[in-house]
Amino acid sequence: MMTTDQSLQKPVSNWDGGREPFKASYGKLMMWYFLLSDAFTFAGFLISYGALRFSSPTWPVPDFVFSSLPGGIHHKPLIFVTFMTFVLIVSSVTMVRAVQEGHRYNKKGVALWMMLTIVGGLIFLACQAWEWSTLMGKEHMTIHVNPFGTHIESGTYLDGDGHDVQKGDQFVAGKSYLIHKHGDEWAPLRYQTESGEVKQQQFGPKAFGALFYFITGFHGFHVFSGVVFLSIILVNVLSGIYANRKNHYEMVEKIGLYWHFVDLVWVFVFLVFYLL
Amino acid sequence: MAHLNYEAAKRVAYRGFVILGVVTIVEVFIALLGKGYIVDGFHLSRPVMYLSMICLSLYKAYYIIFEFMHMRYELPGLVRSVLFPTILLIWVIIAFFYEGDTWFHWREAAREIPAEMQLGKPSGNSGLVPVHPTDSTESVHGVPADSAKPEGHGGPSHSH
Repeated sequence: MMTTDQSLQKPVSNWDGGREPFKASYGKLMMWYFLLSDAFTFAGFLISYGALRFSSPTWPVPDFVFSSLPGGIHHKPLIFVTFMTFVLIVSSVTMVRAVQEGHRYNKKGVALWMMLTIVGGLIFLACQAWEWSTLMGKEHMTIHVNPFGTHIESGTYLDGDGHDVQKGDQFVAGKSYLIHKHGDEWAPLRYQTESGEVKQQQFGPKAFGALFYFITGFHGFHVFSGVVFLSIILVNVLSGIYANRKNHYEMVEKIGLYWHFVDLVWVFVFLVFYLL
Repeated sequence: MAHLNYEAAKRVAYRGFVILGVVTIVEVFIALLGKGYIVDGFHLSRPVMYLSMICLSLYKAYYIIFEFMHMRYELPGLVRSVLFPTILLIWVIIAFFYEGDTWFHWREAAREIPAEMQLGKPSGNSGLVPVHPTDSTESVHGVPADSAKPEGHGGPSHSH
């Protein structure tokens, strides 16, 4: 990228000052570095999840934990969270379209696609609110109590829980269960192992709840702040500010980078929490 | 920044939707198939299942960064300054997972020691060492509770 400065007859590089060395504006470059640092924050969260999971004898099976749908439907593993993933993908595509309309200075187009992006973000947040309220209100998982346990040996239940488990049901090692709460009392079931011992269901790894709420919560907070920033920029678009700016719709590009990053993080949250 | 003409750029956006959507469906399908939800009694081996899902997710990440975030149109210097630091994460992942595995073996070793001899006897359902009930009437690992009594009061004698 060497060019020649006519007055000095000396090659000038991108790094001699007076020009953007990466051919990207300051704001955009800093958005990239902010996202890099944010990626490290999320990586720290997800890696601590992995380390704790490696250290535990058992871990709640995700397709057992995340298998409810709105409307009282149960035992449909991963369907709801796949829907949430699609909502984010769609809102990412609408964001791409908003940026493209910005490149051709089409104010109405930018506004329309940004609005659709915001709607996608709100649907995602609503889904997450439902998911959290189910886990907290119906399944009683908190940041320090994890009722999702996993059997380490096969056996036969000696009690029924009044939901899915009947007395005499058999289970195999590795199967997850949910300890129900009756009133204020936990009601762990008794079971007999294959060697004839009588045991009681135990709580699952304690860290699971805190990891789940903090990691999906931190991601949800990113979605929420993304929706707020998108709304502010949408108002600016509609007011015509950007049409008169030298860098035109670059603000839309910057919030676009952030919004795609939110989708990018979800790729890994989805992988680590729900798929593996 | 218009590196593609408008029609071509629009096609990239919609192709991105199809690619990300299909890859997501394939991932979920592998997860459900591998764990025996789709074909009764059929399971995929865990390394195959996990590796394929991780690779597909990395492909999704690549597509989002390079197409949606326009990384492929940036100068090489910018690309390197953003992507190279993430290489550090490879070390972090290896180090912490290795450490987590060590904790696992410590826990296993700690459970072999009779509960009465442990320094911090788990109080009720702490959730951390919950797998075997350690009532004095119950046996621990098939060893009758009586024979698992510590000899003397020298405190824990395990050497870790």
